Parts: sequence; structure tokens; C-alpha cells
Amino acid sequence: MAYTIKKSILYIMLTALAVLCLFPFLLMLVNATRSGNEIMTSFSILPGKSLASNWKVVMDNLDIARGFANSLFVAILSTALTSYFSALTAYGFAFYKFKGNKIIFTIILIFMMIPSQLGMLGFYDLMTKMKLIDSYIPLIVPSIAAPGTVFFLRQYVLSVMPRSVLEAPRIDGAGEFYIFHKIVLPIMAPGIATMAIGAFIGSWNSYLMPLILLNNSKKWTLPVMVASLNSVKDISTNIGATYVTVAISVVPIIIMFCFCSKYIISSISAGSVKE
Amino acid sequence: MGWLFIAPFLIVFLTFSIYPVIRTLYLSFTDYSGFNIPTWVGLSNYSRVLKDKLFWEAFGNTLKIWGVNIVLQLGIAFLLTIVFSDIKYKMKGLGIFRALFYLPNLIAATSVAFLFKTLLDWKFGSVNQILTGLGITETAIDWLGTPVLLRTVVGVIGAWMWFGNSFIMLMAGVQGINGDYFEAASIDGAGRWKIFYSITLPLLKPILLYVAITSLIGGLQIFDIPYLVSLGQQKMTRSVNTAVMHLYNMAFKNRQIGYAGALAFILFFIIAGCSVAVYRLMYSKKEEE
Repeated sequence: MAYTIKKSILYIMLTALAVLCLFPFLLMLVNATRSGNEIMTSFSILPGKSLASNWKVVMDNLDIARGFANSLFVAILSTALTSYFSALTAYGFAFYKFKGNKIIFTIILIFMMIPSQLGMLGFYDLMTKMKLIDSYIPLIVPSIAAPGTVFFLRQYVLSVMPRSVLEAPRIDGAGEFYIFHKIVLPIMAPGIATMAIGAFIGSWNSYLMPLILLNNSKKWTLPVMVASLNSVKDISTNIGATYVTVAISVVPIIIMFCFCSKYIISSISAGSVKE
Repeated sequence: MGWLFIAPFLIVFLTFSIYPVIRTLYLSFTDYSGFNIPTWVGLSNYSRVLKDKLFWEAFGNTLKIWGVNIVLQLGIAFLLTIVFSDIKYKMKGLGIFRALFYLPNLIAATSVAFLFKTLLDWKFGSVNQILTGLGITETAIDWLGTPVLLRTVVGVIGAWMWFGNSFIMLMAGVQGINGDYFEAASIDGAGRWKIFYSITLPLLKPILLYVAITSLIGGLQIFDIPYLVSLGQQKMTRSVNTAVMHLYNMAFKNRQIGYAGALAFILFFIIAGCSVAVYRLMYSKKEEE
């Protein structure tokens, strides 16, 4: 008896914690449908009728569609680059013996631990000199070199692919890059997919770098746009519109999470166990 | 041949990761402001940072925010791990709870900051409406206008965002432990606390260390949430001004790149020192046993 009661209490507490994780998002969705006046004067968990008018205020004042497209563009390109080049690099480190292999790999591992702030000023300075301020290149091209992803994929390819897979095509005279694209890449696909989701979310949510590098408001990504809400008078005075703007940036990630949560969680678990 | 596979990575890595760090190091010894030709000034930026009251105040704020954050984050993650790894209760639903607990971590910090800023608003925020509605407080609480409360709020938001992540890592560690150990121990008559203390905890140590150090590195660099929560509230900015916010302001608002570079390296040495200390602390215990 005591066992059942204790177990039920545990479940209730777990559910309460889960509600605490979801409740802010629920409030956000509800308040996005209520007028600024309603939100200020009363509290409700039932949706209101002002979604359309809130939506209109946002659309009249912010080019959200553009921010959305900008974010999507940057996130998709950097995810593609990270996925392909990390797989290539991981395979190179895992299956080729060459001078300096171990040393370079160790240096990369050390670099994983160095805080990103250390290179930020030098990076900004370099981008200024290369006249790349307000360009997406500094947000996209550096994703070719993602040490964490390379590390994960190297362990991954070593554990899922035996060296003997490479023997037959080599005897047949297939080129090394041909083998990588036709044989290795498909075998690595599940591992790459796991890392790609993480890379996409990381890029989609990134704030500090776009904030520093993008001055032109037409180039802004969604997080930078959301952060500029304070200065848009019609939105900051209409709190319902604020909720709509935040919701627009949050909902895609929540939808994505509903479909990919297993991959996302396995990538975190894998990362911690392998290290 | 191998070189060809890693060449693109190496070129980009050298250009966009290694070179900027070296450049920052060089600039930290100069009077660079972004426009002038850098002149060598030796260690004077470093001594300026170390004497700067604002830096130490910002560092203190960082520690206060991080303290609230880390205690809640690791505390909750640890309790959850105990609950879900309990051999007697065999709790179900790990998959769904894990997913729900992790959700806040996926949302952009900017969105989280604005969401909480709006929810916690003194006059028309939902949190005060709930609290006064339920009769928990009589008057609205000024969450964002009281320095101590604001710092606590920022710490709690951090914990809310990250406890799911820590929990998943700890739980993955527990699941990696061979089940035979638990069985053997319970056949030998060990109670569940005994099992937790003697088997789970020691075997979990490497992951615990990893979680602790990554939270330390991330926590001492906290920027977006405090920056955004205090954005537009001139009065409150100083009470949640963190070390990296100070760095950002010095570099991009005051254009003192040399000074900011020195600050970045001092912060790095503090973080590295703390990481080594955490490592020593956790592994010296093992030797005593």
C-alpha cells in the first residue's frame, strides 16, 4: 500500500515538473490570441479572439517573414556544410594513417574545451578586414569546422563500420572519394542525421554572432529580430503582439521536436557516454 | 590521402577558429579600438581589467547567477536520476518525461528571455496575476525591478533551460552501468541507498565530472538571458551585468578591443583554473577511499 502511494506521489511530482516546463509555452500560445487589454487586466488559460489583430500588428511593424527566411537560409546551409564536412573529416581521421593524425586530433579535442568568447574579438576583427560585416558568410562557412561533430562522428564510424567494408571496392579499383560518397556516407547517415538536427537548432537559435555581425536590419535573423522588439513601439505597447512574435520563433522548433525528439535525446546521451 | 579528407576542415579551422584566438591574444597587448593601428602596450590592459571595479562586480554577478542556476539544475537532475534509476519503484514513462524536461533547452534564449520578461512583468505579467489571484501574495512582486530577485530569476531560467540536458546525460550514464551489479548487490541484501551510494555514484563519476565542467564553462560565460532580460531597463542592467556582458559592452559599445581581449583571456584562465579544481576535487576523493 505504502509502495503504491509513494509511487503515485512520485508520478504527481514528475508531472508537476513537466507542467512547469510546458506551462510558459502554453501561456504564450494563449496570450498570443488575447488582446493587450485582456492580458493586462485578467488571467486566463482559455484562448481569446484577437489572434488576427495581434498578427496584423506584428506584420505591419516587423518583417517577420524576412527574418524567418533569413534564419532558415543560414540554418539550412550551415547544417548542410557541418554534416558533409564533419563526415568527411571524421572518416579521414578514422580510416587513414598519416603523419600527425593523432596530434591534430588531440589539438582539435583541446579546442573543443576553449570558450568561444576567446576568439570572438579576433573573429570580428578578421570579418571587418575581409569586409564581411552584414554578410552571411561568417555565419555559414565556419560551420565546415565543427570539432564536436567530428569527434562524435569519428567514434560513430569506427563503431558501425568495419574496415573490411573498404577492401572489395578498393580491389575493384574504385577511387577513395567515390568509396566515401557511395559506401561510407550511407553507412554514416543515422549518425549524421543526429548531429544535423543539433546543428540546425544551434544555428536557428544563435544570437550573439548575428547580433555582432549583422547591422543591416534587412539581414537580421529571427533571434536578433525578436530581441529588437523593445524598440518597436506598436508591439511593445501591445503585449499580445509580443507574444505572437515570440510564438512565431518558438513554434517551428516545437514542431520539429515532436518529430525528432528521439534523435535529439540520443545525441546528448551518446555525447556524454562516449566521452 | 588522408590529408585530402581533412584538408577543408583544417583550412577553415585554422582561419576561423585558431587565427581569431591568436589575434585576440595579440590585440589584448595593444591599444586597439577597431580603427587605429594597434600599438603595443604590454600588460597594461590586463592590470586595468584586474583593477576594474566593474569587472569584479560583473564577475560577482556571474557567480551569484551561476550559483542559483547550478544548484537547481544539478539538484533536480540528480533527484530525477535517483527516481528513475530506483530498482524498487521501476518508474515508467522515462521517454516522455525526458522529452518534456528537455524541451526548454531547445528554444532560443532570445525567445525564452522575452517570454519570461513578459510573463514576469510587474503590472500585467501572468505570474503576478496567478500569485495574487491565488492569494499567495497581496501585492504584485517587482521581479524584474529588484536586483536580488532579478538575479535569482535569471539563475532559475538558466536551471529551467538546462536541467533536462543534465538529467539526460546522467541517466544515460546510469543506463550504461551493467545491470548485473545492481542485481548482485540487491541479492546480497544491500538497501537502495547503499546501492546508490556504493555502485551508482562511483560509476557515474566520469559523467558527473563532464556535466559539472561543461556547466561551469557555460555558466561563467552566461550572456543572452541576463543581457536580454535587462535590455531596455537602464537601471537594472548593472545588477545582472555579467562578465561576458561587460566584455561585449567594452568591445562593441566602448570600442576598447584591447581591454576586452585581456578580459576574455583573464576569464579563460579563471574558467580553466576552476575546471582543474573541479577535476581535482572529484578525483582526490577516489584515492582516499
